[in-house]
Amino acid sequence: MHVNILNYAGRRYLWWSLLIMAASVVVYLSQSPDLPRSGGSWQGYTLGGLGVLLILWLAWLGIRKRSYRSNAGSLQQWVSAHVYLGLTLPVVVTLHCAFQFGINVHTLAYTLLAGVFLSGLYGLYSYLRFPTLLMENRAEQPMEARLEELDRIDKAGLETAEQCDENVNAAVKSALARTAIGGGFWDQLRARDRSRVLLSEHGSRQVGNPDQQTIIDYLVPKIPDTSKRGEAERLRELLYVFGRRAEILQRIRRELSLQLRLKLWLCFHIPLTVGLLVALIAHVFSVFFYW
Amino acid sequence: MGGKGVSAHYKTIVIGAGPAGLSAAGRAAEYDNDARANNSNHEPTHILLEGSQLHANTIQRYQKGKHVMDEPGYLDLRSPMEFAAGTREAILGAWEQGLRDTGVNFECGVEVTEISGQHGSFSVRCGNGQTYTGDNVILSIGTQGNPRRLGVDGDTSAFAQYQLDDPDAYNDEDIVVVGAGDAAIENALGLARQNRVVIVNRRNEFSRAKQGNLDAVLAAANNRNMTFSCRYESSVKALRLPASEGEPGSITLNTPQGEEELPCHRVIARLGSIPPRAFLENCGIKLPNDAPTALPELDSHYQSNVPGLYVIGALAGYPLIKQAMNQGYDVVEFIHGNEVMPVEHPLLQLKFGLLPYRAEVDEILDLYQKRIPMFARMNSLAFRELILESDIRVVVGEKDHLKALGKRRSELRQQRFVNIQATRDKEEQCRREAGSEPKSYRAIEEPGITDVTLCDDAIYKEGEYSNSFFTIVEGEVTLRSGSGPETTLTAGQFFGEMSLLSGRPRIGNAYASSDTILIETPRRTMVKIMTSNKQVAQGIEAVFLQRTLQQFFAASASYHELSDIARRVTTSQFNKGDSIYAEGDTGDRLYLIRSGTVALTGRRGSKNIALGQPQSGQIFGQLALMGDPVRRESAVAAVRTELIEIEHAEFLALLKIAPESVPALQTETSRQLQHASRMESVPEGSAVISFLLDKGLGEATDALVIDEKLCIGCDQCETACAETHGGISRLDRKAGARFANVNLPIACRHCEQPHCMKECPPNAIHREPSGEVFIDDSCIGCGNCETNCPYGVIKMAYDAPKKPGPVQWMLLGRGKGPGDNSHAPPTKAAKKAGKKAVKCDACVNRKSGPACVQACPTGAAYRLSPEEFAGLVEKS
Repeated sequence: MHVNILNYAGRRYLWWSLLIMAASVVVYLSQSPDLPRSGGSWQGYTLGGLGVLLILWLAWLGIRKRSYRSNAGSLQQWVSAHVYLGLTLPVVVTLHCAFQFGINVHTLAYTLLAGVFLSGLYGLYSYLRFPTLLMENRAEQPMEARLEELDRIDKAGLETAEQCDENVNAAVKSALARTAIGGGFWDQLRARDRSRVLLSEHGSRQVGNPDQQTIIDYLVPKIPDTSKRGEAERLRELLYVFGRRAEILQRIRRELSLQLRLKLWLCFHIPLTVGLLVALIAHVFSVFFYW
Repeated sequence: MGGKGVSAHYKTIVIGAGPAGLSAAGRAAEYDNDARANNSNHEPTHILLEGSQLHANTIQRYQKGKHVMDEPGYLDLRSPMEFAAGTREAILGAWEQGLRDTGVNFECGVEVTEISGQHGSFSVRCGNGQTYTGDNVILSIGTQGNPRRLGVDGDTSAFAQYQLDDPDAYNDEDIVVVGAGDAAIENALGLARQNRVVIVNRRNEFSRAKQGNLDAVLAAANNRNMTFSCRYESSVKALRLPASEGEPGSITLNTPQGEEELPCHRVIARLGSIPPRAFLENCGIKLPNDAPTALPELDSHYQSNVPGLYVIGALAGYPLIKQAMNQGYDVVEFIHGNEVMPVEHPLLQLKFGLLPYRAEVDEILDLYQKRIPMFARMNSLAFRELILESDIRVVVGEKDHLKALGKRRSELRQQRFVNIQATRDKEEQCRREAGSEPKSYRAIEEPGITDVTLCDDAIYKEGEYSNSFFTIVEGEVTLRSGSGPETTLTAGQFFGEMSLLSGRPRIGNAYASSDTILIETPRRTMVKIMTSNKQVAQGIEAVFLQRTLQQFFAASASYHELSDIARRVTTSQFNKGDSIYAEGDTGDRLYLIRSGTVALTGRRGSKNIALGQPQSGQIFGQLALMGDPVRRESAVAAVRTELIEIEHAEFLALLKIAPESVPALQTETSRQLQHASRMESVPEGSAVISFLLDKGLGEATDALVIDEKLCIGCDQCETACAETHGGISRLDRKAGARFANVNLPIACRHCEQPHCMKECPPNAIHREPSGEVFIDDSCIGCGNCETNCPYGVIKMAYDAPKKPGPVQWMLLGRGKGPGDNSHAPPTKAAKKAGKKAVKCDACVNRKSGPACVQACPTGAAYRLSPEEFAGLVEKS
């Protein structure tokens, strides 16, 4: 019923891809052994032509994706073919250049292609892997419900803290107020927790509160050490609040991180593709101009 | 007109100034005007009496600016009063103008209390002591003016209201609303904005209300910012009227906890309306039965059993404005000795236009009604209406004949267009001469002319989602289904009742022999007839049961053999969540699902496991009759479900008639057991199924399901939907319900019996034979479908602005770019046209299938039918 892009249609395009690669090898090997193998032989041109056609077709996915009215096959079919045919490119292009590299526009095009290829591979991995991780991280609680719960327990925490010792109240308030979600690019990507808390024993210096652990550590020893009536119960409630918060916040950060990673690779794949197309034009033009 | 006492004698007394009465009085006034042209001393020979202070009382009470429809579109208006679809104000204004222009002799504020006498000497007594005498009386008082009252002392005082015109007219009051229907709920919610409201429901739930209203009531009751509460299973015991103006009175309720007295400023009772039976009977009018909703029996001139006493409009069973107005006109014509053809006469002529014989419309109607036993006892006016809303179909044997009739058909169509245009031109000419403004006409409707088909073409085919009902007038029809035998039906019999009653696609193919004539009645019309006419409903039901039994158990048996068993089986209804039987019960019957879906679950260890989800057209619980009387699973209705229950004796009788059906039954049973054991072995999959059933997928035929393991959240599905549907996406991925790896986006599931189709005033929601439910351009934006959809998949939206071309967008930055389906403000024109209902149409016209699925890059989006649930489990 639900089939991923690799297994689409019984891996039809894997076979296409293997066929293309095999044919490329045959063409490459058919070059006369008298001359050094290069892109300049008819075999080289054939492989080069094939490479250009493949690149243009692969890049066409960007347009096909937006042709919402198109009846030309499902997008999944296109993506499946895009993946498998994309896998042939390093083979086709490397054989085309016959392993000749240098510091020139031709190798620039090759390098860009390698970048596109590698980012694409990572993209493939992320599309196959991250949705499942996201789903597991969601644990049957949608984001909105999670944020609502966070809001709810925060309010409960504040209410409980109001009745507690002044220092505890202040600590709880500051832990709630200085909780950080998101942050900079790296923080988001690595799901780093930059939450902080202001504790009375540290004076006016804030300390890190990753995974709410600092405040938890602050509260725990107070529980057996209280004489005020009902204070132990309240502190235990607060302990639950911060334990639950830690869990919720972790999942939110992980969700953000995974969402970011799911899209981030495209920030390389697409610009590199555009660069590749430009370099390709320069490559083809220079080859024919200086012929 | 005279003082108190007896006034002049009239030819025509019209009672009730609703649309019907206005039209009748207007026409009578025109006769008087003609007479006055010859004799300037001519006194009016007609009078229009109205109990309230204004004409068209019901419409006066509509909320401001309400859009009033002029259905049915196929009918022309024949009245001196103008009427076309428009706002309440425009229509009331036109009628007021009409009253003035025709010079109707209008007496308002006179409530008629008694009509006595007979043709030529009627006397109409009024509440103010005045008595009017006349030759003829036209009763057009409708039913709205006769609300069902509370039935306790003081229920006629101003403290108890039966109508609420403007909820915002009250502020900071305690108000008790009595009733559980939509009117009561809407009033209560409207009042709760500014007042403290208690709503009193006689039953323990608001089952009569539309889903949307139901949700709104529950939300309001739970809303802390609103002073709104409900009293269930409560009835009104007494009222204590306020001592003086502005003081609160009180209402005493009988509640399950005992009596409760609620102080309040007013009581608003919305308990529906009933025909004023006692009044009608006092007038000598006979009613056909004891039902409180019974309507008088009338002849083809709307004359009751009292000669000279006519009944028109809603009280005659015609709630539509245009029909009522035409009736008013026709009755006055008849009174004046003009035997006019009813306005629908030419329509019927066209319907019968290609029949192989020439006869008068009335003769054909008469003949057809006599020929069909089920319709024979129907009121002839109702039968006429049925034919008007149905298609007549002639089946021919030869292509040449078909061609010839097709040519004749287009000639008739052309002629109809020419005739209408000529009438309009003439009218326009008159208007020009009279110096009035030109009128705008709506496009001429496509006329309903006899359909002609070839006998080789199926009337319907297996699996088609059509649900019209066919009656054979002449010829033969053969029903062929894959497994069952061929059945031949002849004149007077009907078919197509299975899809009509169950909402399931057609079973088998239907072919007609040449020279067959059929009446094809749309589902909507049939449902209307079945609710108002018990005999028809019972007749269809009986045949439905026979045929269902034949199909499932006794293919070779004749209807005759089955009719006795069919009479003995029972049908029952279950609401969503109702238990049918529980695990461990001793069973004595099997169930055949007539409509809906049943969830079968069993306790295995500490878990409840879904074991099966039989749908309409399938059986379950048969093991109880096949050797294992203890139920091994619990059965609960997953959606509203109707079942046919077959007990032991009937089951044995069926098998006796058709012993050959045993192997098939055994095969089906082992298939079910196999399915159950597979489900038992995959408990996590079974949980997914329970989730899907809980979300109402049991009644879905085509639902969008997203696999979260593959979904990358790119929203291509929504974008593709918007791009292929005028810029508005009909699905909401993010808001979907999620469980395990299944995301059920908010998107139409194309229900087996679509809730949205139930109350669409312009009949704008249709179903393709292939199953897709869609809304056409005739949507008026009333929002009924949005309210009725239990899954929230219909939304009201303005037309989205047209997107610029890519070049304009890129270079000039105009509008939204391709793929951008974010909110764009509607254009002025779109705002003027108002919001229209939009929903998923499953891309019915798209060659390669639904755009959401086509545009999903990873294959996460998938559309599936309930039969495919099992497959989903195996995969997950």
